[in-house]
Amino acid sequence: MSKQLGENYYRKLLELQQLEFALVELTLYLDTHPNDLQALQQFNQLAQQRQQCATQFEMEYGPLMQFGHSFSKYPWQWVETPWPWQV
Amino acid sequence: MNATKQTRDWYPFVGPFDPCPPKYVKTYVVPPNQFIPFQPMNLPQFPLADALRLGTLWPALFSPYESKCRPGEAQKG
Amino acid sequence: MWIYQKKLQYPVRVSKCDPRVARYLVEQYGGADGELSAALRYLNQRYSIPDKVIGLLTDIGTEEFAHLEMIATMIYKLTKDATPRQLEEAGLGPNYVIHDNGLFYNNSSGVPWTAAYIQAKGDPLADLYEDIAAEEKARATYQWIIDMTDDVDLQDSLKFLREREIVHAMRFKEAVEMIKADRDTKKVF
Repeated sequence: MSKQLGENYYRKLLELQQLEFALVELTLYLDTHPNDLQALQQFNQLAQQRQQCATQFEMEYGPLMQFGHSFSKYPWQWVETPWPWQV
Repeated sequence: MNATKQTRDWYPFVGPFDPCPPKYVKTYVVPPNQFIPFQPMNLPQFPLADALRLGTLWPALFSPYESKCRPGEAQKG
Repeated sequence: MWIYQKKLQYPVRVSKCDPRVARYLVEQYGGADGELSAALRYLNQRYSIPDKVIGLLTDIGTEEFAHLEMIATMIYKLTKDATPRQLEEAGLGPNYVIHDNGLFYNNSSGVPWTAAYIQAKGDPLADLYEDIAAEEKARATYQWIIDMTDDVDLQDSLKFLREREIVHAMRFKEAVEMIKADRDTKKVF
């Protein structure tokens, strides 16, 4: 089964990648700066934004994570294409 | 962005019997992490879209690099 | 435990079928300073490093797996649907004979990955300095691969990975400072 991925898919994915990248950067930074309250607040705020963004993405394009960290519609969506290297 | 120059040049000795055409200047990269012993708090940040594109959230850590391969110059695959 | 995310850390695009560059990229897949070595090196060092830097090793080690997947994606896209003839011209003939299109953890010269690439001395400073050196070596390797291709889409993803090496080296340098500091006191910089 080969479904077409629209422009919307790539835009939503990019938005998620942008949020998650900032979270990666802040994570590594906080690992060596555990007392930076402002960075911590930014981290928590972005984590909340990421959650909303990821939920929206998953509603449209299926689960991002397995083992119960994402929900699935019927039938089981995890095994569906595309995988990350295919897009 | 980072005002400091991120490359250094050196001038290798050129011998009279080296068959390849000599390079008079050689260059290497000195990225900004070499000048920051411990990142200070509250450094200015890139907007999130730029941060992803450039690979860091902080302009102070950004190091540009351009390919030495000009368009169309690469060997055919 | 690790949870996989069904997405890349950074979008990977390539603009042409190019097995020649794919072969060079294999260096960052299963080479000495590649992403597999990096991930396994950091995650393995966690068990003997002082508690205050375990978090950093865990997180950088985890990010390296995301980079490994990006490299795999580049190789996949650069060689997808390439003919055996094209692969052979790129020096990937032996690889095709052994693995067909399958990826394998070896370096760009075909030498299989070995645990000897990574060290765990058990000494925090020795381990962290190895990590800093590994990041700078990976940065240099990315530069040389960027120099070998005129594909601007591929260059874009490679520049991202190169910059990540710089940020990781920065954090490892900070970890060294934390290790050097006397007592477990939190230092404000």
